[in-house]
Amino acid sequence: MATTTGLDAPERPAGGPTFQPLSTGRKVKDRLATVLVVLAFLIAVVPLVWVLVTVVGRGIGAILSADWWGRSLSGVLPESFAGGVYHAIYGTLIQALLAAVIAVPIGIAAAVYLVEYGRGRLAKTTSFMVDILAGVPSIVAALFVFAAFISILGGVQSAFMVSLALVLLMLPVVIRNTEEMLRLVPDELREASYALGIPKWKTILRIVLPTALSGTVTGVMLALARVMGETAPVLVLVGYSQSINFDPFTGNMASLPLLMFSELSNPEAAGQYRIWGAALTLILIIMILQLGASVVSRFSAISK
Amino acid sequence: MTERTTEQAPPQGPRDEDPAAGSATLDTVTDPGPARGGRSRGSSSGGRGERVFRGLTSGSGLLVVVAIAAIGLFLLVQAVPSLMANNANFFTSPLFDTRDPANLNFGIRDLVVVTVLSSLFALVLAMPVALGIALFLTHYAPRRVARPFAYVIDLLAAVPSIIYGLWGIAVLAPALLPVATWLQGNLGWFFLFAPGNLPVLTGTIFTGGVVLAVMILPIITAVTREVFAQTPRFHIEAAQALGATRWEVIRMAVLPYGRSGYIAGSMLGLGRALGETIAVLIVIRAATTPSNFSLFDGGYTFASLIASAASEFSQPLPTGAYIAAGLVLFVLTFVVNAIARVIAGGKVNG
Amino acid sequence: MRYQRRAAAVGLIAASALLLGACGSDENAGGGGVSAAPGVTCGGKPDLRSSGSSAQNNAMTRFVATYQQTCQGQTLNYTPSGSGAGRNEFLGGQTDFAGSDSALKDGDETTRAEQRCASPAWNLPLVFGPVAIAYNLPGVTDLVLDGPTAARVFNGQVATWNDPAIAALNPGKQLPAAPIVVNFRSDESGTTENFQKYLVAASNGAYGKEAGQTFNGGVGAGARGSQGVADATRNTPNSVTYVESSFAQRGGLGVAQIINSGGGQPVPLTAETVGNAINNVQVEGEGNDLKLNLDSLYQANAPGAYPIALATYEIVCSNYADDQTATAVRAFLQTALSPGAQQALPEAGYVPLPEQFKQRMTTAVNAIQ
Repeated sequence: MATTTGLDAPERPAGGPTFQPLSTGRKVKDRLATVLVVLAFLIAVVPLVWVLVTVVGRGIGAILSADWWGRSLSGVLPESFAGGVYHAIYGTLIQALLAAVIAVPIGIAAAVYLVEYGRGRLAKTTSFMVDILAGVPSIVAALFVFAAFISILGGVQSAFMVSLALVLLMLPVVIRNTEEMLRLVPDELREASYALGIPKWKTILRIVLPTALSGTVTGVMLALARVMGETAPVLVLVGYSQSINFDPFTGNMASLPLLMFSELSNPEAAGQYRIWGAALTLILIIMILQLGASVVSRFSAISK
Repeated sequence: MTERTTEQAPPQGPRDEDPAAGSATLDTVTDPGPARGGRSRGSSSGGRGERVFRGLTSGSGLLVVVAIAAIGLFLLVQAVPSLMANNANFFTSPLFDTRDPANLNFGIRDLVVVTVLSSLFALVLAMPVALGIALFLTHYAPRRVARPFAYVIDLLAAVPSIIYGLWGIAVLAPALLPVATWLQGNLGWFFLFAPGNLPVLTGTIFTGGVVLAVMILPIITAVTREVFAQTPRFHIEAAQALGATRWEVIRMAVLPYGRSGYIAGSMLGLGRALGETIAVLIVIRAATTPSNFSLFDGGYTFASLIASAASEFSQPLPTGAYIAAGLVLFVLTFVVNAIARVIAGGKVNG
Repeated sequence: MRYQRRAAAVGLIAASALLLGACGSDENAGGGGVSAAPGVTCGGKPDLRSSGSSAQNNAMTRFVATYQQTCQGQTLNYTPSGSGAGRNEFLGGQTDFAGSDSALKDGDETTRAEQRCASPAWNLPLVFGPVAIAYNLPGVTDLVLDGPTAARVFNGQVATWNDPAIAALNPGKQLPAAPIVVNFRSDESGTTENFQKYLVAASNGAYGKEAGQTFNGGVGAGARGSQGVADATRNTPNSVTYVESSFAQRGGLGVAQIINSGGGQPVPLTAETVGNAINNVQVEGEGNDLKLNLDSLYQANAPGAYPIALATYEIVCSNYADDQTATAVRAFLQTALSPGAQQALPEAGYVPLPEQFKQRMTTAVNAIQ
């Protein structure tokens, strides 16, 4: 806080003599701001802790039971505390992974286009549309898949339809993360490669993309975490099943959000047990993915 | 993205060389265009491989544009027959009656009211809190704890919306009842707190708005935080050199620099609130009479109405009515997100 | 460095593959303590498919558990996708029979069913779920209502609890002067449809609204699903709703006694009183088609008959093209009618079929070819 007396502070003199204490008004304002800012943070922590305590408190019993992770609810009566959510965990994972299989190559290619090739109007439009796509509500993505693939093309409801809707939700996340990583790759690497006479496309495939791989993996994991909790697409695009269905192209398939939504109509105490157990399971899976993403990114961040 | 080079926020200054936690990558995103020339060099006409690869990547980029166009187009195609068969005015009717395919009466008046009211209320609640958190994480909390604290806020975004819905109706709604009762008792003369079209004070737009506020908090915070962390060191130091207190530094340097990012982040949050589905579906209760423009109304938002009818999508005409509602929601979020992007001027990443 | 990263990526994919391929199982031992049913001729198609009404889902879950015990290696996959979807899937040949809150509609639907089966289709009312008028009224128990009064509560004409119409039916009870909060189902449901049909049929025109899958009363606050209205009623003093009796019981709500169309004493909701109403119901269908005249249920006038129940049908072919399917469908329905399966129904919120009516059902089921 040293003030240099030799310089003229604009408009307001910087407080006269060097060690004059701050005026009370400024001090109070500063304190007040600090209190408000800390308070804001605490306010945000309240609902988080409240939600997490509710979910853990009501769901911990379920996920600690023996059959929870390895069994389905096939043949389990509504009031029975037996069975598990394997069928729903499988559905959640396979729907998200199928979506990733489609979204990741397209997303990476689009990011390569934006960073390495894109110039002019198409690139601008693409970049703009990526932002728009990031804001498309999941229910709209689901309605689009319903309108295009079921109403018009005559498809049937299945887990794959859900994956198609999830692709739309994953794409912007993958593109943006990959884009950022590609921009971090030092130009020196590219230039060294060009200098050896390697064509641009090979340089990108062999040098640029592998260097940016970890960031891309992080992006994919974050994208997976985002879509796993989506309820709207499963409501519109697939039916619920209490049994395991390994086939994502035909039949009904459970997923954790859909299981929770279905159990809302179960009057028994076991319904609540399953709902909160599934909620806790879902949060755990998402947290593991997010932690994994941050570990991957920390281990192999590109040094600048 | 080439247009990210346009830097709209005043004042211009050199980039922060050492951005705070959580924004490690952002400064390079905004690096000026000409410097990227190196990436476009190399042998661009490198034979067939080059052409194929270039085609594939541009194709993927184009696909994103096509996807957005297709969403609009397919929804429109499916909505038009129902709109033609609609007997009510689509924009002014509060009804949404699709029970008889031969006599459709649907309009979006109440959907607009409930959607906009709940989202704006959520925004009003979330914006100041998010601003506070962003400042706390970038300029108040010690570096060491800023990262874990930021992770805590991000965790709010990791909780699936169906869980917020369950929590909202089972735990939060009863806790908010005294607040709602007080507001209506003392401020009932103001239209927002006037008696609504529900006979109860739980499960109203008020309850839903609070849940939505919690849900959009991490989005607004994340964007705002990133921009605040980019405040040029030189601006901060200049303010400090004038003997400014911490608050004065923020007012003079951080807020002017980050204002556009803050507003953009809030618009992104608004977009998210407009489209939120399951939490709203579970929390806000249905009403039998049209909206009174009160926070204590019930009803459906665009998204929750569509989800509530999802199991009945079997006949084309009634389904088309819901798709028409989805189209309006799509246009609404498109506009909000486009505004967010224009305000941000490419400074932030949604 | 590069290889490490690649290894990490490969490891990640391998880990997820492992997790997905891990041996999850559908085998839930015991099936909740159900025992095999006697007198069932097992055999035929090993995995039946059916879909439809969610109102009968809990009953079907139990029937399936008993069926799996009785006929080892046989199962039925029932999807509660909604009555409309259930009928459509049956007509389209995707399922072996349908579960539905309403019988096949006369005309087009019946014709299409005959084409699908190459024989007449039968509506078999297998599962009856009583609907309670459930209330949360501090200090008041054993509330009594009749059809016209209930109708005027649910269309808003009777707006406070101490209205003379309610007071007249509940002499000596301390009814609060509070407004009545009506909680209704905001989603489309067979429960709403049946309850409104009751209000129309039993109120001598006092309801004045149409029956339908959505609530047309014009008052109150909507909530999603049976659990939604039950929770809302539990959390809102002075409120009332209509809901399947199991939800009212689990939610600890009061259940109104009903004076039926014959006048007389108020009838509480029990398996026996609902059974009385079912025994007196008239059948509209011919022969083994047991399509019910529901007005005769709602306007039940026998003493001790509780008139509000949701009848759900199984819609089957009288003569299946495939004998294997016929054998399995017959075996499943025989299981459902067995004493063990019927006795388990009250736990799930349904009523066992009264003996007289069960005989007619058994005859029809055994005639499926």
